[in-house]
Amino acid sequence: MKTVSSLLDNNWHERYRKIATLNIRSSIYDVTNQCNLRCKGCFFFSSNEHQAASEETDVGKWSRFIQKEKERGVNLAILIGGEPTLCLDRIEAFYAQLPTFCSTNGQIKIPRDRFPDMMMGISLWGNEEDEKILRGKDTFSVSSKNYQGDPYTYYLYTITPKQVGRIEQMIRKIADVGLKVHLQLLSNDEKVDGFSWTEEKLRDVRAEMDGMLDAYPKTVISCKYYHEVITTGRMMNRQFGWAECPSVTEPMDNRTPRPKRLIRFIRWASDLKTVHRCCTSATRDCSTCKDGAAHMSWIMVNKRDHLQSTKDLQNWIEVYEMFAKLYRFIPW
Amino acid sequence: MSFTTDKKTMIRRIAEIIIFELKLQEITPEKFNPDLDLVDELGVDSMDLATVVLVLQDEYGISIDEDDYPKLRNVRMIAEYIEQKRAA
Repeated sequence: MKTVSSLLDNNWHERYRKIATLNIRSSIYDVTNQCNLRCKGCFFFSSNEHQAASEETDVGKWSRFIQKEKERGVNLAILIGGEPTLCLDRIEAFYAQLPTFCSTNGQIKIPRDRFPDMMMGISLWGNEEDEKILRGKDTFSVSSKNYQGDPYTYYLYTITPKQVGRIEQMIRKIADVGLKVHLQLLSNDEKVDGFSWTEEKLRDVRAEMDGMLDAYPKTVISCKYYHEVITTGRMMNRQFGWAECPSVTEPMDNRTPRPKRLIRFIRWASDLKTVHRCCTSATRDCSTCKDGAAHMSWIMVNKRDHLQSTKDLQNWIEVYEMFAKLYRFIPW
Repeated sequence: MSFTTDKKTMIRRIAEIIIFELKLQEITPEKFNPDLDLVDELGVDSMDLATVVLVLQDEYGISIDEDDYPKLRNVRMIAEYIEQKRAA
């Protein structure tokens, strides 16, 4: 029987031990239905999730809800929206009670005196040209000024097919403002012309992502196995899709057989009552979903499947470490 | 049956449950090391453990709280935990 110690040397086994007991239990919260941008391809608006529930505006109710979430075992709150920074009091309610990650478009600078070490992930959809097409403006020029050198902030660079061959330009800009970056892929929910992936483009972007990791190891928070899985949709000879996705809201998960999944994961709407199907929109085709967190989690929950070989287990460790770094459960 | 035999039987049965539920290969209940760390060596995670716990609860007529999972590090510790629960 293959065991962890039979596959790993002492160094890798120590890395394994550091993450094996972290037991991260995340849930996702729509902080608000409002946003200060309207991006083409944003799943929240393209699927009308912004109209699924009316916002709870009483911060006291948010605090009591978060307390119950904590009691439910959640130890990582991932805040999305809309644009969470439009509602700092709600973010503060989370930050006071739970390790909190806040997704943002970076157009509003959060006051660090109120949120000294809260993790921020700034969305970025390409270079100036692509951002103007998809998001109506060059967001980087604003977000990079707001968060330059912030040790608790990184860019979530959603690579589009049009960016293939030009990724380095943005990586260098991010490095120049003293920030880090995590790479993910556009799912193109709104079928914007020219922004859909082809097999060839996916092969090319994988090679380019690998190259960026090699060239900018201090800036890019990623690993090559993640690049492989997210660009191929395959892991250990299995295909990503509805039957495999780990990021389905637990009370809505009626799949049989039930796959390995995130325990107690729920994506809550901003009325604190409604739940959404999964970490992205229910209108998205799971077979073409490129959600980075879902693919990472898919690997992470299937740990024992990676006890096939030393390389497989090392791949699993690198992905788990990447996730833990992105949410600061372990240092960069 | 002596206490020792009882415990040996329980350890063997727990190993059998773990092997079956986690679909472990190349191992038999007889050869399963009862002191093998399930997390550190077998890569068992909390969902795996929850699967095993459901069967153990039915088999031994006890309830196992999730807060007690850290006490279930290996087969011998699980057997001792079950004995304590049944004696309580």
